[in-house]
Amino acid sequence: MTVLSDTRVLGSNADAAAAATGTTARVWEALRTVRDPELDTDVVSLDFVAAVEVSDDGVAHVSLRLPTYFCAPNFAFLMVADAHDVVSAAAGVSRADVVLIDHFASDAINTGVAARAGFVNSMAGTEVGEAVAELDELRRTFTERALMAGTDLVVRPLMREGATPEQVAAMTLGEAVALSGASDDLRRLRTRRRELGIPSDDTDPLVVDPTGRTVGVDALPLHLRKARSYQVGVDANTSICRGQLAARYGV
Amino acid sequence: MYEKNGEKYFVVDSHMHYWDASPENWVAGAEQYAKGWIECFHAYQSLGPAETHWSIEHFQKYSEADVMKDLFEDGHVDVAIAQPTYLKEWYTEGFNTTERNGQLLRKYPEKFRLNTRFDPRDGEAGMREFERNVEEWKPLGAKLYTAEWNGDSRGFKLSDPECYKFLERAQELGIRNIHIHKGPTIWPLDKDAFDVSDVDKAATTFQGLNFVVEHVGLPRIEDFCFMATQEPNVYAGLSVVLGGLMHARPRFFAKVMGELLFWVGEDKMTFGSDYAIWEPRWQVEGLVDWDYPEGHDYDDYPRLGVEGKKKILGLNAAKLYDIPVPEELQLKGDSPAAQDDAELVNREVAQA
Repeated sequence: MTVLSDTRVLGSNADAAAAATGTTARVWEALRTVRDPELDTDVVSLDFVAAVEVSDDGVAHVSLRLPTYFCAPNFAFLMVADAHDVVSAAAGVSRADVVLIDHFASDAINTGVAARAGFVNSMAGTEVGEAVAELDELRRTFTERALMAGTDLVVRPLMREGATPEQVAAMTLGEAVALSGASDDLRRLRTRRRELGIPSDDTDPLVVDPTGRTVGVDALPLHLRKARSYQVGVDANTSICRGQLAARYGV
Repeated sequence: MYEKNGEKYFVVDSHMHYWDASPENWVAGAEQYAKGWIECFHAYQSLGPAETHWSIEHFQKYSEADVMKDLFEDGHVDVAIAQPTYLKEWYTEGFNTTERNGQLLRKYPEKFRLNTRFDPRDGEAGMREFERNVEEWKPLGAKLYTAEWNGDSRGFKLSDPECYKFLERAQELGIRNIHIHKGPTIWPLDKDAFDVSDVDKAATTFQGLNFVVEHVGLPRIEDFCFMATQEPNVYAGLSVVLGGLMHARPRFFAKVMGELLFWVGEDKMTFGSDYAIWEPRWQVEGLVDWDYPEGHDYDDYPRLGVEGKKKILGLNAAKLYDIPVPEELQLKGDSPAAQDDAELVNREVAQA
């Protein structure tokens, strides 16, 4: 007999996150480092954390939720696995119990993450079906997209302020900070570059492609045009996901 | 037909459905998927204006009378292209089959065009079924779901050799337009089901077919754009783009439109309401009224004028489907409405 009820936890997580103290607050902080790779936004900001509870013996119970029952299980797995890792490492936590709720692959993902089985092993023999590849490549692909999208967020304001293509093509990260300040967008771009193994010191070039190569002035207009398309894609996708989550959970 | 400020717009809704997702049609043992699917669709509807929201019961199964009213009486639609979605793993009689849509065509042949479908994983039996459907319904198009489950398989690619056999046969049988779902709400397992590189390969190989990418590859609009700009026979199907963004997120909608107009162009964009997820009326009226919001974010995007809106709302699809357009609704001094690439494809088909 198939169980059709679900476990919806309605409402926004913002109040719970703000009110938390002690170990619970540290778990919320840890969850802010877990991001949806597709949207390049953390799971707390996205309201994907349904609940956090830390028991007296330090076991952290975290439930995650997604905008739809059919959100891609590969991304879901990455988020649950990442949450498991960072919550386990939070000070005061003796054990992490992270579960995904209201999703068609909840059982396979939760069991697999708890057993640290990897994506392929977790999906094997389940109703969800067989998976043929681990997710490292997927994560890298989306970090590369985040680099492109982030390039748009950082460079477009500079050019609106009057920077020429020649100046942008030759600019270092340090010069960009001097011109526009250390914005969140710039900090995030540097983080994504580090994750991809691309140098991101002050003396390194501001505009690079996802392999770390500099982009010459001739190729710059098309590169920036594409960077903008990536950013528009992320924005559009995020807005649809937020809308779906709001409809599903009343946030 | 929709008239505003003295301009008349011929409207082709090139992507609509007539589904039955009521509990009576759920496959025993797969109820959670059948239920999850239609609830997921229903959540999409929430992105449209509040006064157009339906109850889940109505949304699960609506009547033929609802379709006729929502599309043709209220929705300004002249001709609708019914697209099938089988999902027989979850829905006993299918979610929205060729036969079910065919009820509409039989009764209102001037109002509808019917598309069929195939699934290359169904092999010879699938090929025979496809041929029977083409024989019976004489469709000009087919709708494919590359991420649909089928037995143990969780998806296929247009570039798979088995799929090429079907595309070859489709072309021989007079199919011209392949609509491919590349968009949200389908569940890639570990293959990236939104990846459009398979469309790129197929479009290069099958120059006699047009490929309409429904939902423009959302959430990977950029990959779709970079591909479509290089392939003359690839089109942007605007279903979900209008319904999901125009009302809920107008600024993001404007950017997506800007990207599509820049990379793909107004000659290769087609309106689709995705009914019954969203009713066409507010989408048609909204697009006719639409312009970029104030602000420098939109400065370098191509503008969309009345002619462009006429193409997107109906004339481009009319061209793809040989739908006759009354003289007064054609562009002034320019009867072939859609672009040269489409004409070229049609000519090549005619000569083949």
